Amino acid sequence: MGARLDVRKTYKLYIGGTFPRSESGRSYEVFAAPARAGATPRFLANAAQGSRKDARDAVVAARAAQPGWAGATAYNRGQVLYRVAEVMEGRRAQFAEEVRVGEGISPSRADSLVSQAIDRWVWYAGWTDKIAQVAGNPNPVAGPFFNLSVPEPCGVVAILAPQESSLLGLVSVIAPAIATGNTAVVVSSKDRPLPAVTLSECLATSDVPGGVVNIITGDAAEIAPWLASHRDVNGLDLTGSAGVEGLAWGELEASAAETLKLIVRPGGAGARAEEPDWAIEPAISRMTTFLETKTVWHPKGR
Amino acid sequence: MSSAPADAAVDATARARDFLGVTRLTNAALTTWLHGLPGVDQVGCEARAAGLGTRSIKNDSKRWAIDLAISMIDLTTLEGADTVGRVRGLAAKALTPDPTDLSTPRPAAVCVYGDMVAAAKEALGDSDVKVAAVATVFPSGRASVPVKLLDTKDAVAAGADEIDMVIDRGAFLSGNYLEVFNQIAKVKAVCGAARLKVIMETGELVTYDNVRRASWLSMLAGGDFIKTSTGKISPAATLPVTLIMLEAVRDWRDVTGEQIGVKPAGGIRTSKDAVKFLVAVNEVAGEDWLDNHYFRFGASSLLNDLLLQRQKLRTGVYSSAVYIADDSPSTAY
Repeated sequence: MGARLDVRKTYKLYIGGTFPRSESGRSYEVFAAPARAGATPRFLANAAQGSRKDARDAVVAARAAQPGWAGATAYNRGQVLYRVAEVMEGRRAQFAEEVRVGEGISPSRADSLVSQAIDRWVWYAGWTDKIAQVAGNPNPVAGPFFNLSVPEPCGVVAILAPQESSLLGLVSVIAPAIATGNTAVVVSSKDRPLPAVTLSECLATSDVPGGVVNIITGDAAEIAPWLASHRDVNGLDLTGSAGVEGLAWGELEASAAETLKLIVRPGGAGARAEEPDWAIEPAISRMTTFLETKTVWHPKGR
Repeated sequence: MSSAPADAAVDATARARDFLGVTRLTNAALTTWLHGLPGVDQVGCEARAAGLGTRSIKNDSKRWAIDLAISMIDLTTLEGADTVGRVRGLAAKALTPDPTDLSTPRPAAVCVYGDMVAAAKEALGDSDVKVAAVATVFPSGRASVPVKLLDTKDAVAAGADEIDMVIDRGAFLSGNYLEVFNQIAKVKAVCGAARLKVIMETGELVTYDNVRRASWLSMLAGGDFIKTSTGKISPAATLPVTLIMLEAVRDWRDVTGEQIGVKPAGGIRTSKDAVKFLVAVNEVAGEDWLDNHYFRFGASSLLNDLLLQRQKLRTGVYSSAVYIADDSPSTAY
C-alpha cells in the first residue's frame, strides 16, 4: 500500500446554490496572517477570483430567488436560518481553524469569535417573525379604515463583507439582510475569504434556497462598482469598503443613487471608512435599512 | 444568385415530379428520394453546433447582432388564455420595444392564434410589423384536411401576412410522406399572398435524419419557411437541429435557386443563445440569410433579454427587468 494521495480542496464561488469556478478562470493566493512583521507568509489556498460577470450571474440568481424567499412565512425563514446555525455549529472546528490562521489570533480567541458568530446568526434568526411588530404599525387615521404599515424586503442586496473580521463580521452583515426576506450578493474579504467559503457550504446544506445568498470571493475594488451601478440591485452595504485599496465608498454611493438603492455606509467618520467593532450587540438598523414600508388602507364597518 | 420569388404560385405536385424525375408523384417515389438523402452524422453535427457556440463576440459585433436579432423576432403569444387585451399589449410592445430608446428596431412580426389576427392587425395599423397566424389546428395538427384548410383561410381572410402551419407528424413518422406533402401543398394553395412557415415539430421527429427529410419535404411542397417547433414540445429549437435545417435551405438554393427561410422557435430565451444562432446562420447558410425575410426567432421572452443587453451596451451598467415595458396584463394586484 503506497502513500495516500492528498485530496486537495478547490475553493469556489457560491452562486445560485451551486459552486462554480469564476467565469474568468482566475484564482488568487490566500496566505495566513504573518506571525510577526517581515515573516514570509504561509500559503493557505488558491481562492477563486470573482469577476464582474460572476457578480452579474449572482444578481440574476438572487433576483430569481427573491420572491420565493420573501414569500416564505417569517416563521419558516427563522427556522431555516436557525438550521444554518446548527450546521455552523457542526463545522465549529473548521471555522475556528480558518479564523485563527486567517486573522492571526490565538485558538481560544478564534473559538470565541466562532461562538459569537453563531450566536449572532441565531439572534438574527429570531428576528424574522418579530421585525414586523417593531418596524410596522397600525396607524390611527381619521376615517373608517384600518391603516397598517408593513415592512417589506427591498429585494436584492449587494454586500461588501468586512475585510478584517472574516466570520463574525461576515455573519453580521449577511444575516440581517436575508432575515427580512431580501436575497444577497456578497463580496467576501479579499485576504481572508476561507470562512466565507465554508459558510457557503453551510448555507448549501441547510435548506436555504439556492440564490438567497451568493458569495463571491475576490477583490471588492474590482467588483463593487458594477454592483453599485447595477439597476437590478436594490440595496448596497458598503461596510467592506473599509480598508480596500482603490475603492472610495462615496463614489459607490453616488453611483448607487442613480438607481435609488438603500445604503448602509461603512463605519468611521467622513470619507475615512473604518470597520465597526463587531463584538458590540447590534442594533436592528442593518435589518431596517433594507426594508421598505407598505401602507395598506382597509375599510372597516362603522 | 438567381433566386426565384418564393411566393410565386407553383403547381407543387408538377414541380415535385420534375424535381424527382418521375412521371407520377407516389409515396414510394418520395420515400426513395427522402431516404436517399445523406444521413446526418449526429456526433459531428452536435460537435459543430457546440463549436459555433463558443465564438467570442466583441462589443461592436454584439451591438449589431442584438439589433439584428430583435428585428428577426416573431413576438409570440400562443396561450389558451390569450385575450384581445393581451394581443394589443404585445402589438404595442412590437411597435415600441423600448420606450426609453426609440432607436430600438422593431420585431419582424407578431405571432398569434388565427382568431386574434384581426385584433393584432388593428393594433399594428399600417406599421411594417407583420402579423403571423398559427393555423392547421396548431399545435397538434390533428384534424381533417378541410378543417385545417378552413383554419388557414380564416386567418388569411382576417389579414394574416404569414401562416405558421404544423405538419402531420403522425403521417410523417409512419412513412406517409405523400400525405404530408399534399397537406402542405394544399395549405400553401389557400395562403394566397401570405408566406407559409412549415412547423416540423422536430422534438417529435426523433432523429436528425428525419429532420433533414422533413426539411426537404417541406421545401418541395412549397413552404416559404421551415420552422423547428411549436414551442409546446420540449426539446424545441436546439442549435444542432437548426444547423441541419440551415444546411437544407442552403443546399436547396444550390439546386433550385430558390431561397427558403428558417425559423427556430421555442426555448431561445437569452441574447447569448440568439447570437449563437446568428453565428450558425452566417457560417452554415451564409450572409444572405442574415435578414428577417429569411431568418426568424419564434420567441416570447427573448425580446426582453435582448432589450436588457441593449440597455447594458448603451448605458454601461447592468440593467433590470423593471426597466423593460411589461407587455402582459398584470395578474397580481
